Amino acid sequence: MFHWLEKNPFFFAVGVFLVIAYAGLITILPDFMNSARPVVGTKPYTVLQLAGRHAYIKDSCNACHSQLIRPFKSETDRYGMYSLSGEYAYDRPFLWGSKRTGPDLMRVGNYRTTDWLENHMLDPASVVPGSIMPKYGHMFNNKANIETAYAEAVTVKKVFNVPYDEKDMPKLGSFEEAQKLALEEAKEIVDNMKNPTVKEAYAKGEIKEIVALIAYLNSLK
Amino acid sequence: MQSSSMINYDYSVAKLFAFATIILGIVGMLIGVLIAFQMAYPELNNLAGEYGTFGRLRPLHTDSVIFGFLVSGIFSTWYYVGQRVLKVSMAESPFLMALGKIHFVLYLLVVAAVVVSLLLGITTSKEYAEFEWPIDIGIVVIWVMWGMSIFGLIGIRREKTLYISVWYYIATFLGVAMLYLFNNMEVPTYFASGGYGDWWHSVSMYAGTNDAMVQWWYGHNAVAFVFTVPIIAMIYYFLPKESGQPIFSYKLSLLSFWGLMFVYLWAGGHHLLYSTVPDWVQTMGSIFSIVLILPSWGSAINMLLTMKGEWQQLKENPLIKFMVLASTFYMFSTLEGPIQAIKSVNALAHFTDWIPGHVHDGTLGWVGFMIIAALLHMTPRMFKKELYSKKLMESQFWIQTTGIVLYFSSMWIAGITQGMMWRATDQYGNLAYSFIDTVNVLHPYYTIRGVGGLLYLAGFIMFAYNFYKTITAGRVIEEEPRSASPMAA
Repeated sequence: MFHWLEKNPFFFAVGVFLVIAYAGLITILPDFMNSARPVVGTKPYTVLQLAGRHAYIKDSCNACHSQLIRPFKSETDRYGMYSLSGEYAYDRPFLWGSKRTGPDLMRVGNYRTTDWLENHMLDPASVVPGSIMPKYGHMFNNKANIETAYAEAVTVKKVFNVPYDEKDMPKLGSFEEAQKLALEEAKEIVDNMKNPTVKEAYAKGEIKEIVALIAYLNSLK
Repeated sequence: MQSSSMINYDYSVAKLFAFATIILGIVGMLIGVLIAFQMAYPELNNLAGEYGTFGRLRPLHTDSVIFGFLVSGIFSTWYYVGQRVLKVSMAESPFLMALGKIHFVLYLLVVAAVVVSLLLGITTSKEYAEFEWPIDIGIVVIWVMWGMSIFGLIGIRREKTLYISVWYYIATFLGVAMLYLFNNMEVPTYFASGGYGDWWHSVSMYAGTNDAMVQWWYGHNAVAFVFTVPIIAMIYYFLPKESGQPIFSYKLSLLSFWGLMFVYLWAGGHHLLYSTVPDWVQTMGSIFSIVLILPSWGSAINMLLTMKGEWQQLKENPLIKFMVLASTFYMFSTLEGPIQAIKSVNALAHFTDWIPGHVHDGTLGWVGFMIIAALLHMTPRMFKKELYSKKLMESQFWIQTTGIVLYFSSMWIAGITQGMMWRATDQYGNLAYSFIDTVNVLHPYYTIRGVGGLLYLAGFIMFAYNFYKTITAGRVIEEEPRSASPMAA
């Protein structure tokens, strides 16, 4: 049979494809619906948090920080309750990471404050002596991309039925409404920050990346 | 069998991709060395503002070595090997010639788009699939063109039986196509939301745990179909050609090929051990990773036994050295991988530097050495020149080997040290170390790793120089060498 396949490239290719294709089907499909179900209480990200998540992705924070707490005592002691599948139901993409050059951030919102995060992002070693994390001063100058975050929220609502605008869930509304909501949400964070550039920009109705990022990190609980 | 010298093979596309392999290899490795030293000396993050931080450069490193160095190496060897084992010249078909050249130009355009977008932070965050949808479309077009080239050449072949290398090239084409398409299913948000935000932005079709499963089904098997399958295609062609020895066993190659195809795709779950994916998927990932030793070692042993009775060539010919060490590193890496996939070992190793250590003994030792050997074998035949310097190759070999050993040994120690410290408790059962303690202890190992990477890069630049001098100043050879590549002392 193999000799015959080696003389018939079409059937050879079909054979290879069949052999490689079905492992994915068998491992991914059976639990697909189960894995997509949210845990009770899990909410989709607000537009501001989503913009922060985009800033997180833009600088590949996930290259060094995981968001996955494994069910070991050493991990739950350090980072909190181990992760549940349904907690990730609105994470597109998932941000588990594959390397912990820095600590896990799955529940960072439980034990870090806006103030701590502001100082840390500006100069990590000033807060954690010996830290090898880069400084992220540019996040204090770059504008958060609220419009793209809004576009994403609208898209997942339409395409994947993510429950925005439902009872007890984050509101989207029109883009103008969403912008207003994001500004309101950002106020508390900006009030807790010291950086003058960020404050001046906010006074002019502009949200910096760092504000959105902190909103996102604070939401990780 | 028809003598290959009677067919006038056309290597123009193979040459173009060979240049790309070398240039993108230098770029990718240079970024690698920089980010390695950034971990030891974090001030190095400040060299180029936001564009020079570890976060921006890390995807650029992985993607430029995988999709730059490696994939152009795969294309280059295909455009060389394909013609020769199918006994047909590309020049016989103006269509295939044109296709090959357009393939190269489009490839360069996409590479440029990737570099710019990653520096700007335009990324989907999924490892080795960071590209946003417009670039994904470009990649699909390039891949389809390569497929047309493979099957086009097969369509007009004279040698009816497909040689083992062609099996592996076909598998590379099909495997990557399937994985890439499914992992990059995404919805462009600009169009779906009615015109808001950046036009290139998209959102994944899968969420959370499902996204992770699809990503690592892709991620692990990108390793299979880019780091393994096409490299085996190369060694099945270049080792017998260079040594003048027939492949040890056809049956073993058959078993290894179909075994590898069957087993590899199940193993992705080992990236997700103790995560929230279903337990049975994790166990399947673990078990199949261990079974994977069989087909992997099958190929590697087949290569080593091909050299049976001819081991003196190892001393005489640096190309054989590269290929034999590549096979050895392949065995080493495919033993280490399954060990890390055992759940209890993974609990310690996951998230630590042992993982990049494992990746690099595979990529530097197996993939890098094999591509270097392949290009060194092709160069005298494509350019009709004698290789410029044997001595340079010898020193390159030892410098790079030292680099690899420094790299993986330091990362082993770093990974296990950190993993043990994360879980260490004091007499009262409290965690013994804060996270930063477990980072600071790694400084010497990060430095050693950086030096290892630098040595490998230095060796690669010696190789690039040797390649350049061969083309520009090598002695012209009249007749194509039968086996061992001609080289000046």
